[in-house]
This record gives sequence, structure tokens and C-alpha cells, in this order.
Amino acid sequence: MSSESNPIAALVWTFGLMSLFAVGGANSAIPEMHRAAVEVHHWLTEKQFADMFAISQLSPGPNVLIVTLIGYSVAGVAGALVATVAMCGPTALLAYYVSRFLDRSRDARWPAIIQAALVPLSIGLMAASGLIVAQTSDQSWIAVLITIVAAALAFATRINPLWMLLAGGLLGFAGVV
Amino acid sequence: MPPESPPAAAPAPDASAPSPAHQPGLLELFLAFARMSLAGFGGVLVWARRSIVEQHGWMTAEEFNETFALCHFLPGPNIVNLSVVFGSRFRGIAGGLAAFAGLVGPPMVIATILAALYARYGDIDVLRRTLAGVACAAVGLLFAVVLKMMMPLLKRRDVTGLVILSAVFVAIGLIRWPLQIVLLVAVPLSIATTVLARRMVKA
Repeated sequence: MSSESNPIAALVWTFGLMSLFAVGGANSAIPEMHRAAVEVHHWLTEKQFADMFAISQLSPGPNVLIVTLIGYSVAGVAGALVATVAMCGPTALLAYYVSRFLDRSRDARWPAIIQAALVPLSIGLMAASGLIVAQTSDQSWIAVLITIVAAALAFATRINPLWMLLAGGLLGFAGVV
Repeated sequence: MPPESPPAAAPAPDASAPSPAHQPGLLELFLAFARMSLAGFGGVLVWARRSIVEQHGWMTAEEFNETFALCHFLPGPNIVNLSVVFGSRFRGIAGGLAAFAGLVGPPMVIATILAALYARYGDIDVLRRTLAGVACAAVGLLFAVVLKMMMPLLKRRDVTGLVILSAVFVAIGLIRWPLQIVLLVAVPLSIATTVLARRMVKA
């Protein structure tokens, strides 16, 4: 693509297209975002990408807002806005038309089948997301341990996940990680 | 960077009991979605359900499940789809836009501020270390979601589902193939096996 000269166009193209392929939501799209931002366009380093993942999990709102962070680092406030709209717009439009269509046709069988078929795909994608971020963030045994403990706690208890993020941040701050 | 405290915690339950027939207006849609979005750390869905079903009574639990199922099977961020579908059901396109703007607008402003702070101070060592720690925990949370979602497949002994899951994981996570190519193969394959499996159950 010759869009390197115009970063805004590159953002629109990258995230607009990704929007329509993001099966299973924002966290499933992490590998593709990583591929686009780090490997293809070299907008971010590995470390920056992991940081932005961390910030997006820390801040309120839908997790898709990691694209706001990526957009900002590419082209400032305009980039943040453009990336967010590009990532949310096409799929929102699609959702609007599909829901109107289904309201009229009332055949609820196909959504159920497609949804059931997409479940294993989105789980596989999310697992890949975890692996890709972990390869950057979990560089020491203690880091791996933090990940495992956070996973176990979030899986087995009802503790608010925000506490685990803050605990991870504190350990990092203290220089343990 | 020290994480900013949430602007508003749990929305206070409204004293005036909402009637099920109550149709939310545009501003009401915007504010409701803004509030659930800002309260939603690591996922807005829980708050969306609480607000739409329990607090406002705009939908029954069943209607909410159906709407969410639809939004889950469509591509893109589920909760964003939900806001548009939900808002437009009450107030047409304007309603969809109002709910969407409420959901994405305010947290986007926060994210932009955080991004600006990161661009400016991201190189400071303390901040780098702190964020690295947060990232470790965040990855753990992601793996927990993966495990939780896998449990039904494991309980059902859904072998084809688990094979497809692993294949996607290897193709995207290890080999790093582009998403579009993997989906182009995996989506039809998965739909075909799902249809086949349902036929076999019926037969």
C-alpha cells in the first residue's frame, strides 16, 4: 500500500477493514492490530503496543478504545478520532441494517447457527491475543507469575479485575516485574 | 502513569420507578450509555445489562439476550453494535447515533488524554515499569476470559469446536497469518461443521 505518505488514510483503511473482520469483538482483533501497527506499518514498537494494551484495559469504556491510543500515536488527536470512527463505524452500520432486516424476517435460526459457529473462532483469536501481548510483557519469571495469578483469580473469584490491574501496576512500580 | 479514578462509580438507582412502556429519549440514551461506558472497566457488558434490564427496564432479560446474541455474531466490538441496535430500536437512526456517541465519546476523550500523557511521559522509567506490570495482569485477565469461554466446549466434549479453536490459535498466534485469510477458511468450515452437527443431533 502506498498510504505511508498519508497516515490518516492508512488509519482509515486499516481499521475500517479490520472493523468488518473483527469476529468476537475487540480483544479478538488484538493480533491483527499488532500485525498492522507493529509489523506492517511500524507505527509502534513491541513495548509500546504492550503499553497501549495495558492502558486500554486500565481506562474505562469498551476495550476497542485501544485503537484510539494507536491512532493518537500515529497522527495526534485527529488520528485518535479517525481510528476510533473507522473501527466502530462500518460494523455499527452493518449492525443497524442487519437488526432491522431480522426484525422484519423474524427467522432467528441463522443468527444462532452462525453465532455458535463463531464461538470457537473468537476464543482461538482471544487466546492468540493473550499470547502476542504476553510475549512482550512477560519477560521475567515474576511477570509470568503475575499473569498466571491474575488469570487464576479472575477465573475462580469474583474480585473486580481492576484490583488485579492495579496490583500489577504497583508491582511494576516497585520494580519487581 | 497513575490510573485516573473512575469519574462515577455505580450509577445510583433512580428513585422514580420506570414503567416498561417508557421510551427513552435521545438525551436519555446518550447519558445512559455514557454512564455504563464510564463505569465499565474491562468490559461494559455487565453494566449495560444492569442499566438496560434492571435499572431502566427498557428491555426484558430475554430481549437483552437476543439483542446481544445478534451483536455478538456480527463482527466488530459487540457493545458498540449493541448500542446502535438498541438506540435505533427506540428512536431510529438518531437514537442509534445518540447511544453510540454516549458509549464511545466520553471514554474516547479519556483515552485521548491518556495517549497524550503516554506520548509525553511514556519514556520515564517508573512509568514504563508500572505499565509493564499492568500489562502482565491484563494478559492474565484475558486468559481468564478465554478459559471461562472454553468451559462450555469442554463440558460438551465439543471436539470439532476445540480443534477449530486450536487451529485458529496456531494460525494467528504462532504462525501470524493475516486475520482475513484465516477467517476466510475458518468461518465457512466452522459454519459447515455446526450445521452438520445439528443435523446429526436431530437425526
